[in-house]
Amino acid sequence: MGIFKKKKNEISAEQTNTEIEPKKTEPPKADPKETEVRGKKEKKEKESREKYREYDAISDRRKAEGRQAFRRTLVAVFFAFLFLMPTVLTFTNSFMTASEINANYGAIFAQNTSGGKVFVSEVVNLKFIPDMVTFSQYATVLFKSPEYLMKFWNSVIFVVPIVIFQLLVASLASFGFARYRGKVKQLIFFLYIVLMLMPYQVTLVPNFMVSSELGIIGTRWAIWLPGIFSPFAVYMLTKYMRRIPYSLYEAAAIDGAGEWQIFTQICMPICRGGLASIAILIFIDYWNMVEQPLILLDNEEMYPLSVFLSRINAGEISLAFAVAVIYMVLPMLFFLYGEEYLVEGILYQGGIKE
Amino acid sequence: MSSDAGKKLDRYLKENAAQARKEKKYGSARFRRWRGRAVSWVYLLPSLIGVGLFFVLPFGVVIYYSVVNNPVQHEFVGLRNFINTWGNNAFSLAARNTLLFSVVAVPLAVILSLWLAVIMESRIPLKSLFRTFFLSPMMVPIASVILVWQVLFDYNGLVNVILGRIGIDRIDWLKSDYAPIVIVLLFLWKNLGYNMILFMSGLSSVPKDQIEVARLESASETQIFWMIKLRYLSSTIMFVLIMSLINSFKVFREVYLLTGDYPYNSLYMMQHFMNNTFQSMDYQKLSSAAIIMALFMMVVIGILLIAEDRFGRDLEQ
Repeated sequence: MGIFKKKKNEISAEQTNTEIEPKKTEPPKADPKETEVRGKKEKKEKESREKYREYDAISDRRKAEGRQAFRRTLVAVFFAFLFLMPTVLTFTNSFMTASEINANYGAIFAQNTSGGKVFVSEVVNLKFIPDMVTFSQYATVLFKSPEYLMKFWNSVIFVVPIVIFQLLVASLASFGFARYRGKVKQLIFFLYIVLMLMPYQVTLVPNFMVSSELGIIGTRWAIWLPGIFSPFAVYMLTKYMRRIPYSLYEAAAIDGAGEWQIFTQICMPICRGGLASIAILIFIDYWNMVEQPLILLDNEEMYPLSVFLSRINAGEISLAFAVAVIYMVLPMLFFLYGEEYLVEGILYQGGIKE
Repeated sequence: MSSDAGKKLDRYLKENAAQARKEKKYGSARFRRWRGRAVSWVYLLPSLIGVGLFFVLPFGVVIYYSVVNNPVQHEFVGLRNFINTWGNNAFSLAARNTLLFSVVAVPLAVILSLWLAVIMESRIPLKSLFRTFFLSPMMVPIASVILVWQVLFDYNGLVNVILGRIGIDRIDWLKSDYAPIVIVLLFLWKNLGYNMILFMSGLSSVPKDQIEVARLESASETQIFWMIKLRYLSSTIMFVLIMSLINSFKVFREVYLLTGDYPYNSLYMMQHFMNNTFQSMDYQKLSSAAIIMALFMMVVIGILLIAEDRFGRDLEQ
């Protein structure tokens, strides 16, 4: 605070230096009555001057703020362009013909495509607007080769149960963590944090071993079960629930509500925003999974779309964009529906421990 | 007067009776608390079983595998596996690269996203639209990300085309010592948006009156930022740090897909080491590497926890 005061003094000193001397229009008179009147007048003038100076300062600040806002808008536009570019590119390029896509990106994937007679530009050609808008890619993906739709369906089958049941398990567990606390629970919660932070590279091996012990390798359960019991949602939701004032639970308990009633009728409705935002995060995480299916499943027919999309560079580049757009549809719907939750729902202040 | 007192007594008796009835029905307050505590463990149970089965128990198996000589003989060999792994060239290369990446990328992600959040916090038009744009990398499929990054950084890619116009020689970005920069950019691009959202919600919870007071005392915006906002953001910074750390391990998926099994040396990450070891079914090397990594992570988490404790106390004072 001291620094602020010092700064204030400096500013006021500057202002007094540059102060314009008031013009003395009236010649001085000896009349005491007159002097009194003049004194009042001067006081009034001084007051109004000060007021105006204040207004000036405010308007200066406004102007500076305006300039700053303009600069910041430019920065935001620049970043928005960078961030949005791949999405836009994917979308517009999905309307290109196969030959156009091959011509544009052939320089990169030349080694992968068979040596047929296609025109390939020497360097890559990043184009946002297609020469000719065509839906042929979509037609191929949707009608001619149903395996893409099957893979899309695979993704849905993997992700939806994981989101629903992880949230279910996590909301029960977080209620257990947040409602009553204790030394043992604190320790367990710390363990959850450690497990959550473990990179997938570390959990991969244990995961594989236990799945093979349980005999679920190669079945969907090998993906579902570790996903459902992942500690991530427990951590996030517990942080969220701990912000609910304890007195709220107590009040409900005094009114005779049982634990289950407190959970379903007080805790869950308050956590709706948090649940939505965590659901989006889980959804995106598992929608994009690549390693788990590759390691835990051996039947390629079960692979989700993300695995296929991650390998698309090997060929089929012309279809990649259309498939990618179809792939983005669900996350995009989730975002449009839940973005407010994602933005407002994460209003808890999260440290890592409590 | 007497009727008033009578009413009071009446009410008192009624309340007492209600309390007694309630206690008869639900048990005393103490009993209720005790039962609540017990019930809260029941709520925890499904998660505890699942986590125990799929995360804790497997880890025990990994520890076991890391101290035996091979999966068939099960002969105890002490720390030999760890020493072998530690001395392994591929492991040390992967560890060094991964560490370097995390040390550079994670703080950068925190600082840049905070900067973006401050920018977004000021009065700029179409704020919510910009916010959506910044979040859009979260939903772009990996394939598109990889494609765009290849379009940009391939030997025949866009960046080289632009560099060529200025007269700089082409660089094969992904097969040079500059490759980590490309990956850091990819990581930042993917994660800045979400981090920024976290920071924006953090900034919005800084008490307004303190900022107002500081403004009245002619504090500059920079001073307000460093001395007020940043102090209130310390727990958010912690959280963003954690999320970035988690996500920094996820970006290796993109690296892996971008470069294949054996990339340029500067890009050989833990992910490559683990995958290659997994494919050769060398459980000893794999589990000892996993444990070394886990121990390292525990140290990092411990440091973060201590740091958070410090920051938290700092704010309370």
